[in-house]
Amino acid sequence: MRIGVFVCHCGSNIAATVDCPAVAEQAGTLQDVVFTTDTMYTCSEPGQNEIISAIKEQKLDGVVVASCSPRMHEATFRRALERAGLNRYMLEMANIREHVSWIGKNKPRNTIKAFELVKIAVAKLRNNNPLHANKFDVTKRVLVIGGGVAGIQAALDCADAGYQVVMVEREQSIGGKMAKIDKTFPTVDCSSCILGPKMVDVSQHENITLYAMSEVEKIEGYVGNFDVQVRKKATYVNWADCTGCGACMEKCPSKKNVDKFNEGISKCTSINIPFPQAIPKKAAIDPSGCLMLQKGKCGVCAKVCPTKCIDFEQKDEILSEKVGAVIAATGYDMFDHSVYKQYGAGQYPDVITSLQYERLMNASGPTGGHIVRPSDGKEPKKVVFVQCVGSRDPSVGRPYCSGFCCMYTAKQAVLTKDHIPDSDSYVFYMDIRSPGKGYDEFTRRAQEQYGVQYVRGRVSMIYPKGDNLIVRGADTLAGTQVEVEADLVVLAVGAESAKNAPALAEKMRISYDSYGFFMEAHPKLKPVETNTAGVYLAGSCLGPRDIPTSVGQGSAAAAKVMTLFSKDKLESDPQVSKVNASRCVGCLKCAATCPFGAIKEVTDRAGNVKAEVIETVCQGCGICTVTCPQGAIQLQHFTDNQILAEVNALCQAQLDF
Amino acid sequence: MSISVGYYPGCSGSGTSVEYDKSTRAVCKKLGIELNEIDDWSCCGSTPAHTVDHTLSAALSARNLVLAAKQGQEEVVTPCPSCLANLRTASRKIEDENYRPKVEALLDEPCDEAASVASTLQLIVERVGMDAIKKAVVKPLKDLNVACYYGCIMNRPPELMQFDDPENPMAMDDIMEACGATVLPFPLKVECCGAAAGMPKKDIVTELSGRLLDVAESLNTEIIVTACPLCQMNLDLRQGQVNRANGTRYDIPVVYFTQLLGLALGLSAEEVGLSKLVVDPTPRLRFAGVL
Repeated sequence: MRIGVFVCHCGSNIAATVDCPAVAEQAGTLQDVVFTTDTMYTCSEPGQNEIISAIKEQKLDGVVVASCSPRMHEATFRRALERAGLNRYMLEMANIREHVSWIGKNKPRNTIKAFELVKIAVAKLRNNNPLHANKFDVTKRVLVIGGGVAGIQAALDCADAGYQVVMVEREQSIGGKMAKIDKTFPTVDCSSCILGPKMVDVSQHENITLYAMSEVEKIEGYVGNFDVQVRKKATYVNWADCTGCGACMEKCPSKKNVDKFNEGISKCTSINIPFPQAIPKKAAIDPSGCLMLQKGKCGVCAKVCPTKCIDFEQKDEILSEKVGAVIAATGYDMFDHSVYKQYGAGQYPDVITSLQYERLMNASGPTGGHIVRPSDGKEPKKVVFVQCVGSRDPSVGRPYCSGFCCMYTAKQAVLTKDHIPDSDSYVFYMDIRSPGKGYDEFTRRAQEQYGVQYVRGRVSMIYPKGDNLIVRGADTLAGTQVEVEADLVVLAVGAESAKNAPALAEKMRISYDSYGFFMEAHPKLKPVETNTAGVYLAGSCLGPRDIPTSVGQGSAAAAKVMTLFSKDKLESDPQVSKVNASRCVGCLKCAATCPFGAIKEVTDRAGNVKAEVIETVCQGCGICTVTCPQGAIQLQHFTDNQILAEVNALCQAQLDF
Repeated sequence: MSISVGYYPGCSGSGTSVEYDKSTRAVCKKLGIELNEIDDWSCCGSTPAHTVDHTLSAALSARNLVLAAKQGQEEVVTPCPSCLANLRTASRKIEDENYRPKVEALLDEPCDEAASVASTLQLIVERVGMDAIKKAVVKPLKDLNVACYYGCIMNRPPELMQFDDPENPMAMDDIMEACGATVLPFPLKVECCGAAAGMPKKDIVTELSGRLLDVAESLNTEIIVTACPLCQMNLDLRQGQVNRANGTRYDIPVVYFTQLLGLALGLSAEEVGLSKLVVDPTPRLRFAGVL
């Protein structure tokens, strides 16, 4: 075998703390290594060309690249090998950046470690074999999880491109947070007027199947061929017949259910359609307050329903769908401000959240768009906005900036002046973060044209005095304490990940960060992809995002799906398990341990039971290989021989430079 | 249930707040807690010591904890939050192997054996519990609007005190509710009363304590309940000064939680030292039928 070793400087990333030429020189002493060199940037065009020409001129059979993490450039170098006519699996990478230069500063010792990693890679490569991918079909349907604005955009783009879309929404209606918002910043246009038509498009598009009040129960399979189970929750209303006339809502005697759509500032009936523009516009019963479901007597809705669609016996249904790709757009939740005990912790009715305030300002909200105090229904004349409630505060476990609160606060302050011209608004802020298009101009306009008083400092506490609230805080620009007597206090609560996000991430087999937000495959270059092929992300499930970014990402995720679906066949990864039938005794212990159900039982011509790997299902985890008592099942590209060769190489005496 | 712990009354307990000490001992006896006063205890260092010398301050408090351990007490309780802060700080410092020798040098003895520290409030809440209190109440504090005021150091800093919520503590609220009182949501329950600034800069106390009384009055508070001798003094003894400085006419009794708890448990006014208070609580207590 003839092996070439390429040691990358990565500019000064590696070369600053690893003696790259020395590593290259030493690598020349290794068995089968016939060519070594060190390059400034191996991933660059000249760097790749150097590999290609070396393969051709030196007649190399395999290549070791000592550089960054294979997550970064393994695909790049594999393509280079293919261009030179080698099999792509005749490449090994030694990670001397993340595993060496970035974590240690001692150059001599780093150099030794880098060489050891190269030695391991060469030892493994000597045992590598060319592998070949199989082709398989793609199911050209996409699952969109979440019907907020990002999910809606993604679904419409895919559907317009001619692909079938299955949209699963947890709530009774699509629209997400945007549907609850009165106006958008910085244009102050009506939120439901721009979202509403898109929601209608979703419901009317022939390529979109919408499951509201549903959750994803299980996702199995692999890119191109996912099997999805959706739990359609019982609504106690037969939606096929419900016309959304609302007769049931008018007559329902139980009016004490928490109105989730209005963020709990009002009550609603037990059978309810959340808002006039709801899609689908169907009624559902909330069993917690329903007299029929709780106590077995009432049934008024069933009596008045003109289409007789009430069904108190309804149960959850499980539906199965086959899709080729998944877009998660599950959004976010608002921070629970009751952690801030000093802000009243939900004790004082006139301390409300920004989204509650949004419902108060909304013409379809519980007050018909009149801003009133929840406690006594009076119009507030002095409104105080407190920013960064649950943002940029490590003490409540939310050190990150939620990004959009500065803007929605400015918008709400402006709208307050529009609604109540003789009112005064105060905003307690830490910094104003308004980097979007037209955003900074907008926050300035709030201060300069609308006379909103911006006070830079955190609020320390809020307490009642008579009917009003004293907001005590610091003015860090003036260097004094300030107290404002307010009629109404609006807490600009930050964003946190959706409650069930980690559980969903595990179903999709994607990673999430310590706050529960989903992780993109690369924060800069793969912003809507995940490390699981065929699963894409959009919107605030990745972290707090405003509407334009969410919509942009919805389209981006859709574009990725279309790219995937543009091929009729996909290539499977050959790094999967393979059974040596002559060794296999058919005990099927491998099948019992396989977490993906990728091993099936077959009978050979002689009638013996054997195990067989379903290549497209196998994820290459290797659990079966350590289970097999015969050593008959081997993970391709990570066989026992390859791994033992690595260990043997590492256990050889250490070299000194 | 029988609980036996070491007891550290602190200097204020034998001076400005004898009624706190007296009612604490009486209440604990009623609740089946045996308080064993540390023999030959000394001052914890109070406010001045740690402003002058941290090691000296630690040594003054550590001495009491070592004494308690020698007298067979694993745990020491104290009613005064200021003593509590000093004792807990000292016990944390002598856990540090590098710091302990400095303290030992001052004390001339090893202090690797030292008692742990809690407040009597914590002891009653966590070891006796609300159910036991409810059962022991013989004279419920019906028709009495109380506001519980914890002051700034009973629960803070949280990592040192490790008891209750630092922003919205509920220990006294729960005790008073168990006694049958109407507990008002007092928003300034952990605000500073001005503390020891009463001597050098009286206007700080009249402003800060004035604000507390102001909010208490606006809530229709009949009695303010405290757990700190200094808070009690600023609100009660200085209430006249506050009134004169601010032009107000507040007349709100300020009592220790142990005094009201004692009355609810059937102790007499004499046994909980009601006569030591400056703003007389007896008319309101009599009106509410507690006396």
